[in-house]
Amino acid sequence: MAEELLEARDVSVDFRIKGTYQTALAGVNLTIDRGQVLALVGESGSGKSTFAMSIMGLHNPELTKVTGSIQLNGEELIGLTEEQYDQYRGNSVGMIFQDPLSSLNPLMRIGEQIAEAITVHNGKAQSVSEHVLNLLTEVGIPDSDRVAKQYPHELSGGMRQRVMIAMALANEPDLIIADEPTTALDAVIQSQILDLIKKIQQKKGAGVLLITHNLDVVAEIADEVAVMYAGQIVEKAPVERLFNNPKHPYTRSLLRADPENVQAGGELYAIPGTVPSLSEMDHHKDLFLQRVPWLDQKLVDADVADTLTEIEPDHYVRGTAWQDFAFPDEQEIEGQS
Amino acid sequence: MTELVKITNLKNYYPVKGGFFNKKTDDIKAVDDVSLTIEAGQTYGLVGESGSGKTTIGKMLVGLENPTSGQILFDNQDVTTIKQKKAIHYNKDVQMVFQDSQSSLNPRKTIGTIIAEPLQNFGVPAAIGSEGHNQERSFDQEKIEQRVLELLEVVGLPAKTVEQYPFQFSGGQRQRIVVARALATNPRLIVADEPVSALDLSVQAQVLNFMKKIQRDYGISFLFISHDLGVVKYMTDNIAIMHHGRFVEMGTNQDIFDHPQHIYTKRLLSAIPSQKVEDRQSKREERLAVAAEFDRDHDLYYEPDSLRAYDLSPISETHFVSIRKDHN
Repeated sequence: MAEELLEARDVSVDFRIKGTYQTALAGVNLTIDRGQVLALVGESGSGKSTFAMSIMGLHNPELTKVTGSIQLNGEELIGLTEEQYDQYRGNSVGMIFQDPLSSLNPLMRIGEQIAEAITVHNGKAQSVSEHVLNLLTEVGIPDSDRVAKQYPHELSGGMRQRVMIAMALANEPDLIIADEPTTALDAVIQSQILDLIKKIQQKKGAGVLLITHNLDVVAEIADEVAVMYAGQIVEKAPVERLFNNPKHPYTRSLLRADPENVQAGGELYAIPGTVPSLSEMDHHKDLFLQRVPWLDQKLVDADVADTLTEIEPDHYVRGTAWQDFAFPDEQEIEGQS
Repeated sequence: MTELVKITNLKNYYPVKGGFFNKKTDDIKAVDDVSLTIEAGQTYGLVGESGSGKTTIGKMLVGLENPTSGQILFDNQDVTTIKQKKAIHYNKDVQMVFQDSQSSLNPRKTIGTIIAEPLQNFGVPAAIGSEGHNQERSFDQEKIEQRVLELLEVVGLPAKTVEQYPFQFSGGQRQRIVVARALATNPRLIVADEPVSALDLSVQAQVLNFMKKIQRDYGISFLFISHDLGVVKYMTDNIAIMHHGRFVEMGTNQDIFDHPQHIYTKRLLSAIPSQKVEDRQSKREERLAVAAEFDRDHDLYYEPDSLRAYDLSPISETHFVSIRKDHN
């Protein structure tokens, strides 16, 4: 039995906008085990980063209401004060962001920045600089002596992302949150960084929350996938099952929009419409169905239970619309046969 | 097939200055002796890592930068320099779409004003996609307004968009506004520099479908610059792979994706993530094997002690690869 690292139960986030609270994240349930990579997938505005920020306690408490429970190693995170959170951030939880250039201090040498991440949590230790060089070597930076003395602008994008990963790993975190870690990188560098995250995660036995909109990246390194739409999880499954047997209309639409899944000369499936704005979100319904134009209006308006249904072992789907869902060209084929 | 663009031996060197009198000490060869031909109505893909020089080629083609040497022919006219381009109102025929729609739209202007700008400069052509490039162009304000509305319809945005500002739109909508502006003057070539890299999958699908549609309807050619090989495979007819300012391989879509020859091309292809989860271990091993081959056979593909690729040599009528001459 895998050891549970992070358990999020019924996590909701409400933002205060012009005096009223509006729900951005509605009752998310997720667990991450030690040694597991969980991918959270969805388009911009789906609430992926909002969820990550509530784990890290990065929401402004005056403008945001976070409810539910998030436990890391059995300890409750929601409701902690800033000082209490500081013991987790960068310590038992490490973070990797999309844009390393804006996350690194341009005026500090690489080595100093990594050393700072260590001393903030562990006080001044004798062997810090040695530890820094080991970290740089571990993330595949050759010539770590030289790089430690350089400034962020002197490094390429891929190198900077490696430095970010070294910083995230500095205090041997239990959980690594990687928010779009390879979106700004080209294919060769992307595959190197993904291999690196996977290698380090396996070696350290850490859990990884990978946030991305890129399905190919998910297929490459995730163990488990949760698909998110408009602040709710609509489908959750082990990675092979999600790609080989996707069920929810949103998951299937995303896969169809990917050039990899299109026959030569065929059209990509462009999901009509956009993610609804916060004030238009009625989380009692399956909000994605509004973007399926051929669907019966009764299905679109129907109330849907908050909980997901387990349709095969470990494969969960929200609502029942998936049972009747077919793309127009699939319906024709069924009609002919 | 008619040739629309013919680029020959194009070079762009940036001087590196240093020393006591700030004299030129060296060159950075951003683009180093490349040649390519874009056929009318086709999409030419330019692929390479960041810093490989693909955007510099786009900039020279559209007239944002002057080449150091070489020649650009557009419709058999010499348009190598910015001056030559200006003389024939070249930019009514050649437009550019950038990756970041946010920074390529003036935040203080309405969408109507933004799309009308090229029309104020070059006048309104007779109708969208109409032939005849030397036709009379009208500067009548009413015609310009009418044309802006037509363009918004083409890119699928409502008429009220005219009075709105860029921040009121999503990334995908803004990218379509940028395309509407690029289409305003009936261009024959659009240079699209990473047009969908910043977009979500579903929005990316909208923009790519739309680009294919305007190509079908109006016969527009694209120079499609991207590092996303999945998108390039879907969009392009011909492809050049760039590395350190040089072409290392050039061919049709099938040549490149089905019979890659150069080690760098192979390396790029092996790095494409695949949705076949069951293959991921074998793909990782293949990737490592190709990376090892890349280090081992470096001298076969690059000049000794440098990163400069050899000149291209043909291996079929359409397929060219840069490889050491004595190699069989």
